[in-house]
Amino acid sequence: MSKPLASVNDFVVKFANVNGSGSASANGLFVKSILRSGVPVAARNIFPSNIQGLPTWYEVRICEAGHLGRRGGVDLMVAMNPQTWDRDVAEIEPGGYLFYDSTKPMPPSKFRADINVVGVPLTQISNTAYSDPRQRQLFKNIIYVGALAHILGIEVAVFETLLAEEFAKKPKLIPANIEALHLGVDYAKEHLKPLGLQVKRADRVGDRIFVDGNTAAGLGAVYGGATVCAWYPITPSTSLAEAFTSYCEQLRIDPETGKAKYAIVQAEDEIASIGIVVGAGWNGARAFTCTSGPGISLMQEFIGLSYFAEIPAVIFDVQRGGPSTGMPTRTQQSDILSAAYASHGDTKHVMLLPQDPGECFEFGSLAFDLADRLQTTIFVMLDLDMGMNEWLTAPFTWDDNRNLDRGKVMTAEMLEAGADFGRYLDVDGDGIPFRTYPGTHPDKGAYFTRGTSRDRYARYSEEGAVYVDNMERLVRKFEAAKSLVPAPVLRKAPKATRFGVLYFGSTGPAMHEALDALESRGLHLDALRVRGFPFSAEVFDFIHQHDLVFVVEQNRDAQLRTLLMSEGGIDPARLVKVLHYDGTPITARFISGEIAGLMGAPAQTGEMAK
Amino acid sequence: MTYIAKPRFHHPSLIENKLGFTRRDYEGKVSTLCAGCGHDSISAAIVQACFELDIEPHRLAKLSGIGCSSKTPDYFLGASHGFNTVHGRMPSVLTGANLANRDLIYLGVSGDGDSASIGLGQFAHSIRRGVSMAYIVENNGVYGLTKGQFSATADKNSKSKKGVVNHDSAIDMVSLALQLGATFVGRSFSGDKAQLVPLIKAAIRHKGAAFIDCISPCIAFNNHAGSTKSFDWVREHNEAVNHLDFMVGRAPITAQYAPGETVSVEQHDGTVLTLRKVAADYDPTDRAKAMGFLMERQAAGEVVTGLLYIDPEAEDLHDALDTVATPLNQLGGGDLTPGSAALAKINAALR
Repeated sequence: MSKPLASVNDFVVKFANVNGSGSASANGLFVKSILRSGVPVAARNIFPSNIQGLPTWYEVRICEAGHLGRRGGVDLMVAMNPQTWDRDVAEIEPGGYLFYDSTKPMPPSKFRADINVVGVPLTQISNTAYSDPRQRQLFKNIIYVGALAHILGIEVAVFETLLAEEFAKKPKLIPANIEALHLGVDYAKEHLKPLGLQVKRADRVGDRIFVDGNTAAGLGAVYGGATVCAWYPITPSTSLAEAFTSYCEQLRIDPETGKAKYAIVQAEDEIASIGIVVGAGWNGARAFTCTSGPGISLMQEFIGLSYFAEIPAVIFDVQRGGPSTGMPTRTQQSDILSAAYASHGDTKHVMLLPQDPGECFEFGSLAFDLADRLQTTIFVMLDLDMGMNEWLTAPFTWDDNRNLDRGKVMTAEMLEAGADFGRYLDVDGDGIPFRTYPGTHPDKGAYFTRGTSRDRYARYSEEGAVYVDNMERLVRKFEAAKSLVPAPVLRKAPKATRFGVLYFGSTGPAMHEALDALESRGLHLDALRVRGFPFSAEVFDFIHQHDLVFVVEQNRDAQLRTLLMSEGGIDPARLVKVLHYDGTPITARFISGEIAGLMGAPAQTGEMAK
Repeated sequence: MTYIAKPRFHHPSLIENKLGFTRRDYEGKVSTLCAGCGHDSISAAIVQACFELDIEPHRLAKLSGIGCSSKTPDYFLGASHGFNTVHGRMPSVLTGANLANRDLIYLGVSGDGDSASIGLGQFAHSIRRGVSMAYIVENNGVYGLTKGQFSATADKNSKSKKGVVNHDSAIDMVSLALQLGATFVGRSFSGDKAQLVPLIKAAIRHKGAAFIDCISPCIAFNNHAGSTKSFDWVREHNEAVNHLDFMVGRAPITAQYAPGETVSVEQHDGTVLTLRKVAADYDPTDRAKAMGFLMERQAAGEVVTGLLYIDPEAEDLHDALDTVATPLNQLGGGDLTPGSAALAKINAALR
């Protein structure tokens, strides 16, 4: 028998549930209770592409130190799904705990000798208290939360507050839920001892908020002034459009008329979605779509049109496991190349790479300014991990003095004053021309928009020199984007080092923890988090300042590394791949294990699990 | 595509419309289509319709897909913004444009390849959403730009110029539009300007999805014996159900028709459509009967033309979405950005 694990505010609880059993809200309640106790939590859903009946897991990392990446390993398994019992039990760390429904006796062979077993007859308690089958199921979930609260030392009063808030609009449900909670608490008080794993009130959450990236990006689109949203349902991006809809209903209804200051269309497919966005962008509205990899594949032709005809568009790509239908409910960063170079012909597109829901909001609003300023498609690259999981993140902020940057738009007054309007004329040397909105002036400023080659005044032309002139201007425009995308974020090692590491997106939290772990072993690296494409000079300077640069990505083919090589002419030998792409979020253990090995340090046990 | 602008001068006696524009002000660049192409006649009809409707050219946006027909927006309304989009996708781009600014007039020009094959889905969904637009398909049953392949509207057993017999069933876009809920459906023939011009005028002034299938023979690849989209075939088989007079406002009807020969339909905006009946019992406000009539006459080998269906009380996508009267592209930051106080409340709810 291993020694029972003992830890305060630093352990991992994993809930194994059946999809559609109502466990999500109970598990959410559990997580919020810990946050309200002032202890940081990182929680992740691991779910199937299914609505009811298949296994689903919810992994909760409780970490007073504030590490928000996935840790890996399980200290307490709440095994509520008989289908996955064996693998769930096998996953528990030696000395860890198994919490299960003991209503039906289990043969001893179903347990492990090196773990601690906590049985609660949940079904029996629930069936005794309730007769309605739906209530029996739902309250069984609340009962286990109550029992867990007691054995983990979470204050019961916290739950009472949370339930009162949650059901503020359906107050009848408050006492019923509190009663169910107490059924669990009371059973645990009577029959169980506190675990070695304990939650102790702390003050480490601060004013941070707990929100998923899709919600944050949808809200960012509201603040960014988006008025047209066209989308097609696809996991894991659907909830972004739903969040935009819900926030618009709250925040964008004209108080006098009750009318909507937005238009949302659920289109027939991704092609129509981006078509609607391009049409709206052409006509001067801020428009976006949200999708995932398969949608990006379908949108290629329109993305090229947006690039070549220079029409603002915003695409939120919530990346999932590819290729093809791939792993629709698992996370990856594998659309980097298909977004960066989307469409046929010579094209390049601006990408914003948020790290967490806070940046999903920030970049979600910024994308619309950039789309208008650069008159092209702006990709905001989320992934399933940050998009669909609630993360602890700094509160959203907004500067009330900030105005929407509508870019270079020639008005009727400017045309009237005799401005020389050439739709594709580079007047400022930054490659960005002026445009007019349709309907601006009775006899000036109209032009014909097309995906075919044209001269500076939008006149059709197949002349080589005219075509090249335009393509060169598009390169200048892309150069101008370098100073407009968010700058990379540098974390210097405490000691000078010849090693560097580049990373981006949802790898952030795990990377920061890995850097701490490596540092504690005397392995020093400077780290640069890339936040936008095209890459600014700082990114290449960073590479040149180090002998060896690890590039950490969540895809198989090292797509960001490829982009660095092709855009910056970097010698491949200087860029070392660190790749994690099995569909689970990358962990600090994985990163530090890989990098330590590559830096020549001896491997530590338990580090190399991929 | 052309790059040749037409000379601007015109005969001083050319008549002007209420806005002081002559017909020439509604023209575009010189067409590069084949001499005698039906599409050029449709462009001329669009010019005439816009002139007669006193439309300010810059308040109309013209959009198209890819193909011979989709090139034509360059050949009319030179003072309007135009958008030659991608193949088969004009409807979605037009939908987005319309959402951005509800105050402009939207004219979608497409062909049978563009709308019945690659773009059939977008055609269908823009119609069923009720996007306010005049959607004209210049239907010649053939791929002209790629030299003579059958399109999806080519009739079964019709013959290509090379003598190949088409074994696939034809898609009838008028029947489709009716089934999909179009609130204005017409069919005409590029060779019948008297019928086409008022039909286009009425479609432009219709609120909701207005669809016109305009048979437009391809002089180069589909005007031979054995084709059912040739000038000769269409002239021989054209069965007009009515002739349309389109009136803006409640102006008295000046045409001299005997009582009972005409039927008037008044739309939301006060425009009045006066239809001179040709088929005695044809009721253009009865969708189900229109569909039945079409099927019947089609089986008899006739090409039914005229205003086939109209819902004078039609609503559009903006009604369905209940959007504000101000065009969305004119809303500023103050209208759109809820500000830091609202954000503080949102933050509080997420703790």
